[in-house]
Amino acid sequence: MTPANLGHHALLLAWSVSLALGLLPLWAAQRSVPSGMKLARPLALVQSLLIFTSFACLLWSLGVNDFSVAYVAAHSNSTLPLYYRLAAAWGGHEGSLLLWVFILQLWTSLLVWRSPHWPADTLARVLAVLGLISFGFVSFILFTSDPFQLLAEPVSDGADLNPLLQDAGMIFHPPMLYMGYVGFAITFALAIAALLGPEPDRSWAAWARPWALAAWAFLTGGILLGSFWAYYELGWGGWWFWDAVENASFMPWLVGTALIHSLTATAQREVFKSWSVLLCIVAFSLSLLGTFLVRSGVVTSVHAFASDPARGQFILALLVIVVGGSLSLYAWRAPAWRERQGFSWFSREAALLINNLFLLVAAGSVLLGTLYPLAVEALDMGRISVGPPYFEAVFVPLMLPLLVLLGLGPMLVWKQADKPSVKRRGAQAAAISFLLTLGAALATQSSPLMTLGLLTGIWMLVCTAQLVARQVLGTTTPLSSPKRWTMRAAPRAFWGMVLAHTGMALFVMSVTLLKGLEHSQDQVLKVGNNVQLGAYQFQLTQVEPVAGPNYRAAQARVEVSRHGQVEALLFPQRRLYTVRNMPMTEAAIDRSLLRDLYVSLGEPGPDGQWAMRLQVKPFMSWIWLSCLAMACGGALAATDRRAAKPASSRAQASLQDAQGASITSSTAAA
Amino acid sequence: MMMTRHALPLACFVTLAGLLGTQLGKAPPPLPSALLNHPAPSFTAPQLDRTKAVFTPQTMQGQVWLLNVWASWCASCREEHPLLLDIQQRHGIAIVGLSYEDEAQQGASWLDAQGNPYTSTPQDPDGRIGMELGVYGVPETFVVDKQGRIRMRHAGPLTPEAWQQTILPLIKELAHG
Amino acid sequence: MADLLKLKHTLAALSLLALSLTSHAADTASRLDEQVQHLATELRCLVCQNQSIADSQAPLAVQLKAEIRQQLSRGASVETVRQFMVQRYGDYVLYKPPVNRTTWALWAGPLLFMIAGGVAAMRYMRARDVGDEQKKALV
Repeated sequence: MTPANLGHHALLLAWSVSLALGLLPLWAAQRSVPSGMKLARPLALVQSLLIFTSFACLLWSLGVNDFSVAYVAAHSNSTLPLYYRLAAAWGGHEGSLLLWVFILQLWTSLLVWRSPHWPADTLARVLAVLGLISFGFVSFILFTSDPFQLLAEPVSDGADLNPLLQDAGMIFHPPMLYMGYVGFAITFALAIAALLGPEPDRSWAAWARPWALAAWAFLTGGILLGSFWAYYELGWGGWWFWDAVENASFMPWLVGTALIHSLTATAQREVFKSWSVLLCIVAFSLSLLGTFLVRSGVVTSVHAFASDPARGQFILALLVIVVGGSLSLYAWRAPAWRERQGFSWFSREAALLINNLFLLVAAGSVLLGTLYPLAVEALDMGRISVGPPYFEAVFVPLMLPLLVLLGLGPMLVWKQADKPSVKRRGAQAAAISFLLTLGAALATQSSPLMTLGLLTGIWMLVCTAQLVARQVLGTTTPLSSPKRWTMRAAPRAFWGMVLAHTGMALFVMSVTLLKGLEHSQDQVLKVGNNVQLGAYQFQLTQVEPVAGPNYRAAQARVEVSRHGQVEALLFPQRRLYTVRNMPMTEAAIDRSLLRDLYVSLGEPGPDGQWAMRLQVKPFMSWIWLSCLAMACGGALAATDRRAAKPASSRAQASLQDAQGASITSSTAAA
Repeated sequence: MMMTRHALPLACFVTLAGLLGTQLGKAPPPLPSALLNHPAPSFTAPQLDRTKAVFTPQTMQGQVWLLNVWASWCASCREEHPLLLDIQQRHGIAIVGLSYEDEAQQGASWLDAQGNPYTSTPQDPDGRIGMELGVYGVPETFVVDKQGRIRMRHAGPLTPEAWQQTILPLIKELAHG
Repeated sequence: MADLLKLKHTLAALSLLALSLTSHAADTASRLDEQVQHLATELRCLVCQNQSIADSQAPLAVQLKAEIRQQLSRGASVETVRQFMVQRYGDYVLYKPPVNRTTWALWAGPLLFMIAGGVAAMRYMRARDVGDEQKKALV
């Protein structure tokens, strides 16, 4: 039996096991049959084993260049380096679906390992829902997109991986992104479990929160990697284009952000219960919608897989069943839930509610902008385009109040915040922020718009720093104790929040500075020409041919100097990949904390002319670092062990917290 | 009241799914011409055959005619060329061939080799006339009515189906009107 | 001696004038570049898979960008050039959709979402807003 055969059979087995996993424990939970519920774990593990085997077989077939397999022949080549041959596993539609299912099983296995204290019926329901999702996708694979299909006549060599994908980005971006997309399946399953069982209490939210945070952190990382990759790969110096596929990843991110904030309130105060459940459903639904948009051919994008309406129909059916089914369940069961807790309009709950309002309106606007051209076409009202100018005009004003709230919100305590103290703290932070902004604005000679952006970012930083200062200085631990000055001054969730909010603040500031200060020029240059961009001088000194493992290229040598001193040497290339005869530009970037120098080579002209794009991008690296900080903040908060404790001891712990110094109650306790 | 509030997300989703479902499987239609029902832009251009007079669309007033945008470097133009020859021979419809971003020599020898269905061959070496017409790809074919208004644009090579089902009926309708 | 001084002064004045002219020219040139670039990012490349003509290397994109530069340098306003493009290529070429009967829902949508959401949020908060004494009792 060849690996491809084994992989296919493993999928077939997984198909039946997932159905069993989906139905048996679910039925058992509804009927309270303990033996049936106990089956969930072993079934889930068997399912994982089968899917892992199947995926390993695909990797093996690619690794050994088994060109009898259609997928390998379509997406790989013997001249391709090993790491790209393996990454080709998710370079095409069929393989990426298998990756999706593989990652679903990774999360499922992680869940089985990490949640021993959940009640049996909840765990059974959650694993069952994950099994049903797996069943849906494995069906999709087996019926329309089988990566193990054999060629009628084996070929001697493959068609090669698309040159655009032959890059380190291809190795890391899709898996990380899928970890985020698919991670929201866990919270989705928890939401369904909550709707199927008796009305949940706050412990449900405490269980969901770490999984939501983990998925969110991965999604943040995945989007970051995609943007980072597009920046150096696509050759025009941009890093976010509001492309349909980018939006497809951004919408679950926005809803996921709302979810992690809503779950905080539900876990702490048992408010927004049905809202949190709804958000869990919406977040995963947007993940599925993203999957649909990329593969159905309904939207135009550089990212889109080769479209096939039959596949689009299957995913749409999947979407209708999963999303339609869960929203129907929600409409049926959620109205019976009652919330008893009250809160003032001046409280942390209210701040989180407004946070959710803005994030959801933003997500809705992105969805509107992305699908509007489709609707206009459907209604036969012509053809329009909705691009970056629309999204920027709508999104930025929406985010501004939310970012101001980010500074203010953590100052408020639950139920009823103390107006005088918040006013005092707010005024202090505002005064410091204004002063710092004035300094920054003068230093950079910023425009009014840029000053506003700087003010917002600085406000967020100052408020977060203030929060940390109060936390570190205000605990009950005695001054002399070293503990006071360490991370132990507050739970991990607090530090995670601090890191993530700091990341957000730095992101706003770096984008503001970048947009305000960057220089960009498209020029046609000959060897010896130079161009002045701001303080930098770019000189094209040489263009020579080079050869790579599977391409030929023209490589330019560009000297970048400032004040007469050479600061960087850049070697942009214009490549021609030999197998597919596909030209591609490989930008050259000199990175530093203060600025990126960017050069890309375009079309050659007569007389040794070359079209070139030259850019100076101040603080570009901070965009990546700030997003990384956000992702790490989320990951840190996800590992807060207090959510793992059983409900009773957590109640005791939170009682102690409340009885302690009033300052500690302002932390993001779970 | 509460029932409807909780059913709102479901209602939104159903609308969304409906939209996606109806649009699935439809290839994005080619861009409709912005000049639909507008007069064709006026221009004067020398012809490939220098012995002939300069061409202007004014001269075509009073008849229904086709404007075909082509080039010798365009592979799809070769595909549609036999159909154009057939249209000209069988139906006697005037076809004006705009030589788009092409060298006169190349264009002329291409027509010599492939056959010349065109009553006139105005030259557009820098693509300015194409820009006036809103041309974004080659080949494209415009149907112009007796009053000189553009009534249809077919983007991409002409196919027998498009000719039979859409263009010929339109021409007949315009000819009678 | 006085003649030499006069010459020096004249030369200095002339060179200052020249400097200001060139720097003004440089300013004008870079402003034109900025205008061209900005407008080019708002226009769609019609032969690409979702790219602006600023970012695309396709021949049509390069041609249109040159056209924009030519028109702007001759003194046309940005709006005129935009309309030029729309007249020939339709609304599809604009990445920032116009505000008209077809697109009113697109532009009004976010605001309507905010209003609807805001109203729902306020009603929810009002329902939850118990009196201050009751809140203290809930601790």
